[in-house]
Amino acid sequence: MGYKSAPMSTVKPSEGKEALFSPEVKAEIDKWIAKYPEGWQQSAVMAALRIVQDENGGSLTRELMDKVAAYLDMPQIAVYEVGTFYSMYEHKAVGKHKVCVCTNVSCMINGSGKIVDHLEKKLGVKMGEATEDGKYGLKEVECLGACGGAPMFQIGNKYYENLTPELVDTILSGLE
Amino acid sequence: MANEVCFRNMDLDRPWLLEQYQSRGGYQMLTKIMKEGVTPETIIDEVKASGLRGRGGAGFPAGLKWSFISRNAPGQKYVVCNSDEGEPGTFKDRDILRYNPHQLIEGMLIASYAVGASRAYNYIRGEFWEPYERFEAALEEARAAGFLGENILGSGFDLEIHSHLGGGAYICGEETALLESIEGKKGQPRFKPPFPAHFGLYGCPTIINNTESLASIPVIMEKGGQWFKDLGVENSGGAKLFSISGNIKNPGVFEIPMGTPFSELLEMAGGMKDGSKLKAVIPGGSSSPIIPGEQMMDLTMDYDAIQNAGSMLGSGAVIVLDDSNCMVKVLERMSYFYHEESCGQCTPCREGTGWLYRVISRIENGQGRPEDLALLDDITTKIAGRTICALGDAAAMPVQGMLKHYRDEFEYHIEHKKCMVG
Amino acid sequence: MSENQTITIEIDGRQLQANAGEMLIDAADAAGIDIPRFCYHKKLSISANCRMCLVEVERAPKPLPACATPVADGMKVFTSSPLAKAAQKGTMEFLLINHPLDCPICDQGGECELQDVSVGYGSDISRFVEGKRAVDKPDIGPLVNANFTRCIHCTRCVRFGAEIAGVREMGAIGRSEHMTIGTYVEKSVDSELSGNIIDVCPVGSLTSKPYRFQARAWELTQRDTVASHDAVGSNLHLHVRRNQVMRVVPKDNEAVNECWISDRDRFSYEGLYSEDRLSTPLVKRDGAWQEASWEEALEAAAKGLKQSGDQLGALISPTATVEEMQLAQKLVRGLGSENIDYRLRQGDFRGQEPACRWLGQSIEALEQLDAALVIGANVRKEQPLLGHRLRKAVLEGCKVTYINPLEIDLNYVAEQRVSSPAAMVDELAALAKALGASGCVIDSATVGDEHNALAEQLKSADKATVLLGNMATAHADYSILCDLAAAVAEASGATLGYLPEAANSTGAALTGLVSGSGKDAQAMLELSLSSYLLLGVEPAYDFANPALADEAFANAGFVLSLSAFRSESIETVADVILPMAAYAETSGTYINAEGRWQSFTGAVNPKGNTRPGWKILRVLGNQLDLEGFDQTSSSDVLEEAKAASGDRQPDNTAAASDVSERMHAAGSLTRIGDVPIYAVDSLVRRAASLQKTSDAISAALYLNSSEAAKAGLSEAQSAVAVQGEGRAELPVIIDSSVPDGCVRIPAALAGTEALGSQFGEVTLEKA
Ligand SMILES: Cc1cc2nc3c(=O)[nH]c(=O)nc-3n(C[C@H](O)[C@H](O)[C@H](O)COP(=O)(O)O)c2cc1C
Ligand code: SF4
Ligand code: FES
Repeated sequence: MGYKSAPMSTVKPSEGKEALFSPEVKAEIDKWIAKYPEGWQQSAVMAALRIVQDENGGSLTRELMDKVAAYLDMPQIAVYEVGTFYSMYEHKAVGKHKVCVCTNVSCMINGSGKIVDHLEKKLGVKMGEATEDGKYGLKEVECLGACGGAPMFQIGNKYYENLTPELVDTILSGLE
Repeated sequence: MANEVCFRNMDLDRPWLLEQYQSRGGYQMLTKIMKEGVTPETIIDEVKASGLRGRGGAGFPAGLKWSFISRNAPGQKYVVCNSDEGEPGTFKDRDILRYNPHQLIEGMLIASYAVGASRAYNYIRGEFWEPYERFEAALEEARAAGFLGENILGSGFDLEIHSHLGGGAYICGEETALLESIEGKKGQPRFKPPFPAHFGLYGCPTIINNTESLASIPVIMEKGGQWFKDLGVENSGGAKLFSISGNIKNPGVFEIPMGTPFSELLEMAGGMKDGSKLKAVIPGGSSSPIIPGEQMMDLTMDYDAIQNAGSMLGSGAVIVLDDSNCMVKVLERMSYFYHEESCGQCTPCREGTGWLYRVISRIENGQGRPEDLALLDDITTKIAGRTICALGDAAAMPVQGMLKHYRDEFEYHIEHKKCMVG
Repeated sequence: MSENQTITIEIDGRQLQANAGEMLIDAADAAGIDIPRFCYHKKLSISANCRMCLVEVERAPKPLPACATPVADGMKVFTSSPLAKAAQKGTMEFLLINHPLDCPICDQGGECELQDVSVGYGSDISRFVEGKRAVDKPDIGPLVNANFTRCIHCTRCVRFGAEIAGVREMGAIGRSEHMTIGTYVEKSVDSELSGNIIDVCPVGSLTSKPYRFQARAWELTQRDTVASHDAVGSNLHLHVRRNQVMRVVPKDNEAVNECWISDRDRFSYEGLYSEDRLSTPLVKRDGAWQEASWEEALEAAAKGLKQSGDQLGALISPTATVEEMQLAQKLVRGLGSENIDYRLRQGDFRGQEPACRWLGQSIEALEQLDAALVIGANVRKEQPLLGHRLRKAVLEGCKVTYINPLEIDLNYVAEQRVSSPAAMVDELAALAKALGASGCVIDSATVGDEHNALAEQLKSADKATVLLGNMATAHADYSILCDLAAAVAEASGATLGYLPEAANSTGAALTGLVSGSGKDAQAMLELSLSSYLLLGVEPAYDFANPALADEAFANAGFVLSLSAFRSESIETVADVILPMAAYAETSGTYINAEGRWQSFTGAVNPKGNTRPGWKILRVLGNQLDLEGFDQTSSSDVLEEAKAASGDRQPDNTAAASDVSERMHAAGSLTRIGDVPIYAVDSLVRRAASLQKTSDAISAALYLNSSEAAKAGLSEAQSAVAVQGEGRAELPVIIDSSVPDGCVRIPAALAGTEALGSQFGEVTLEKA
């Protein structure tokens, strides 16, 4: 049997793409589209979802996913599939600062449990929740590839390693 | 002697900058190849001679893999670098991206030239934002210096390298899931055959290698395959990056020759943390079966030695556990990982990993049943070797390893509904 | 790998010939060796993810999936060795741990692939003490019931959508054991082929909604028949219980419907049980309908027809069987009239009628096309499975161009040249001219680059066809379109083909229902004859010009209707109504678009006091003392029909009719009166669930924003459409798919009864 590789683009290119996003967001997405072969703009779907998620304060909505689908001429369901497969896409509010705590083996045996307890007590919310004021969110994540600095967590694009409760306090107080 | 290949510039203060990389002869191999018209065959032979085995985990000979691609066949070909670094315990590729991005770029250039690819992608896990920015900056420098783009150094060879950022999925480290992910889909591994060398990215012939594998290439070309091979031991050529973590004083990444005794590696890492006692070692990332400490102390760090001890060198991620650790808890955490990270398409993996996790976590929480250990044994044999990709095996092997060496701890848990260790 | 090269393999000790390149499972299936499978489906791409088909292959360390392992010469395979069995058992156990134990209340019970296989493995799942996974049950529309807790993630339905239906509506959401199949958002699955996911689903996760809780598989007996709503003639299994059709599923026939059927053919059976089924004869006495015995009714019918002679006009539904048509035309001719026709929705009879309009090629041949020009058709909705064949061709590189009065929603990439009915003629004339043809209409055409390009495309194609569909048939310049299409086909070397409107349009033509000397359907109505015979038609919905039909029948001295349903538009004009057995209740024969004769027997008894059409006509013939009405079975009638058609073959060739007078004038506002997919005939119009789908639109005025502006109309207000005497107040809908100079007012819908021609002049007035 023959193997085929074709993009899942919609039959009819969607209209009014200009109006979908701000010029800045469009430029960002277009930069990614340009990395991939002609006709494979769907390769930029992961980047596009990340970009619109950041724009939207850290989480996606159905409307945003539909816009991405329209912009890339993809079937909506194909975008939902991607948006729900990867763990960095959020579908509910996660707070301005999403604290992603690694609890995998190396961090676990180096006390990530203590860090989790400290954060939960300090912020008064459990893992997977966000604070009332929407400033902080807590998330348990898998190994982030920084076991040398265990225990560690990620906030935004930044890694914080060799954590202690005290260090956690200074880090959080340093965030607007 | 350490730090001779991927880490050879670590002593510089800002090794990620082009001029610093060049101060150590960076891009000279590329220049030589471009200017003197070194043939792709020569390069592939050199890599074969080096005995370089894939550093991503599977340990497949890199030179052999490159020779599978029919270079002269018409049409687009791709080289893809796997910087997804998701195997728990592994954190070496991050350092290459952060501290030696140009060596990786030069490696990708040479690999692309060798297999006739004019486009290459580096799949970087989405969480590695800072390493990604470092790599992007390096790409900019390389472009400006004429090492990337069209007609590189007047050779007529073109190459464009792009980064692709992941979105948080361990499975995208699996090479065909990674390709699907670049194609804008869920990261679900493809059934093989066909293999990427024939049907890869966008259906074109594609070579996929790990970051460390590719970053080793320039040095291999410079010093020669034989030199590299001789660094290591039989069947394990060269030096390798080991990510060592756990209950030790100075965790980190160490580049040491293959075949170095584990005891020396532990030494380099400052030994056990505040005098605690070595209990066990996971030698090659969380997918590799655990090895008891005393046995480990007699092993050398190379493919054969670790394999003969019933485990795998894998990605060279060494997790050291001291005697304060409850193996049930450790295994519970690991099996939780696999059941969360399964892509979900294969029945045995999708259903089996969840089943494993639930049984183990029942045992951890004092609800184990005597028959559970036999059940675990049985479930693992029903997953291993029955799935599209190796995540199934990766989920089964740690369980099998634990039950082989620490069955008594599990039995104790089941019987006394609590932990043996403290 | 050359596909046709055969090699030898050994499965379970049996030597077999296999085609190089095919998968193990196909070779095994061909040899009747059963390998369990769930994700594999012969018409879908390979996903190899269920891991049920694992078999042992000599020298392979692990068991391999038979669905994704290509055969190799000398390969030794063991499908039930200890290794293979262990692998299959293992997969089965994993599939069952999270599968609910609700088989007793599951509609799939008794025909569930999981149930069947699991029995063979006697797998005990008692070892699984953890809680089972539960998934919520979304509403995915009126036709398909979803219960994803039962889903085994084989992804057949997802692949069906992407690969066969051509619209990705379902997907696999999330990952790991949390992955669920579904639409993610509350959304109905709207493809015209959606019902097929019921069949591809191996378990009870996707089942028929209308059939839900109606019966258990083992209570059903299976009868075969042929679908009656388009010219494909899909082969069907009817599942019957206590003399009632409970559901309809496809019967495999590669040449006709492969293993698929349209939703229309699957769910129309509900119409059989609508409350306005007619069950006893009715006779109108001093303006009032009275129930009558067959004797009285037949007597009244005979009395009414006796004296009519050539003032009798017979209008026969193109969904009538060959047998009904055969006796109807005998009856009419016996009474001294030649006026009988089935072309009820044809808009123009000025042209030369070919011997027998047909597809011009086999249905399978459509897949091999390199280029196709489709004129006045929405193939996807008119004949869903012909649309599917065209789509397959496109995926293999065929170039399809539509010349239509509407932009249609396609599930493949094609060029659409959309223009007013008048401009459609110009388009086609220009194309013919670009191809070097000549003729009165052609010579005056102006050729553009696009016409030259299209001409080149058709000329250079290896296999090309020119097809005319329903919107062309109803077009007021149909005869000109036919001339031009023939000229284009001739000049480009393409095959000329028609997409026959109904299940037996080709049958009517092939068996010579219409004679040269008789009046055509349109003339019969315009001349307003003294008496009419209507068979299976509703005046308000089955004619190109319902207003004209209604007037003609109203003025007639006598109207006899053979009908399966009560219908206001029949009852206002008829004098006698004879209750006729419906689809599935009578034996008969259809001849499909490719000229294939397909006979069937009745699956259930005629409702109440109704009789099969052919029997009614036979008795009526006797009642009228006519010759040759002594057949004892429908097969006797079929033999007659066969004899009558002699060696006549389907044939589209006709002398050019050189009609030049254009009925569609540019400038005036033209009605586009297409017939929506679920309005085509009296049975479909009464199929409750189909009428709840998004394709079951209700009457409205669709026009683009500039036309709306011209008429001073806006969305969400209603306006009055005027055609001659006929008026209809309908809601306005702004729709960019309608070209300038046109307003789309779909035909055959409630609210359009009073209007005139499907394709004719119309004016709009504010309500
Ligand atoms: C579940 C799974 C996860 C993997 N993750 C990674 C990874 O994070 N990085 C990597 O380089 N290889 C990973 N691999 C191995 C790749 O599939 C592939 O073998 C490797 O990238 C090839 O490059 P190499 O030959 O240079 O090692 C993974 C494999 C599996 C089955
Ligand atoms: S083994 Fe697991 S991760 Fe790999 S393809 Fe199958 S389901 Fe996905
Ligand atoms: S039928 Fe082969 S894996 Fe599903």
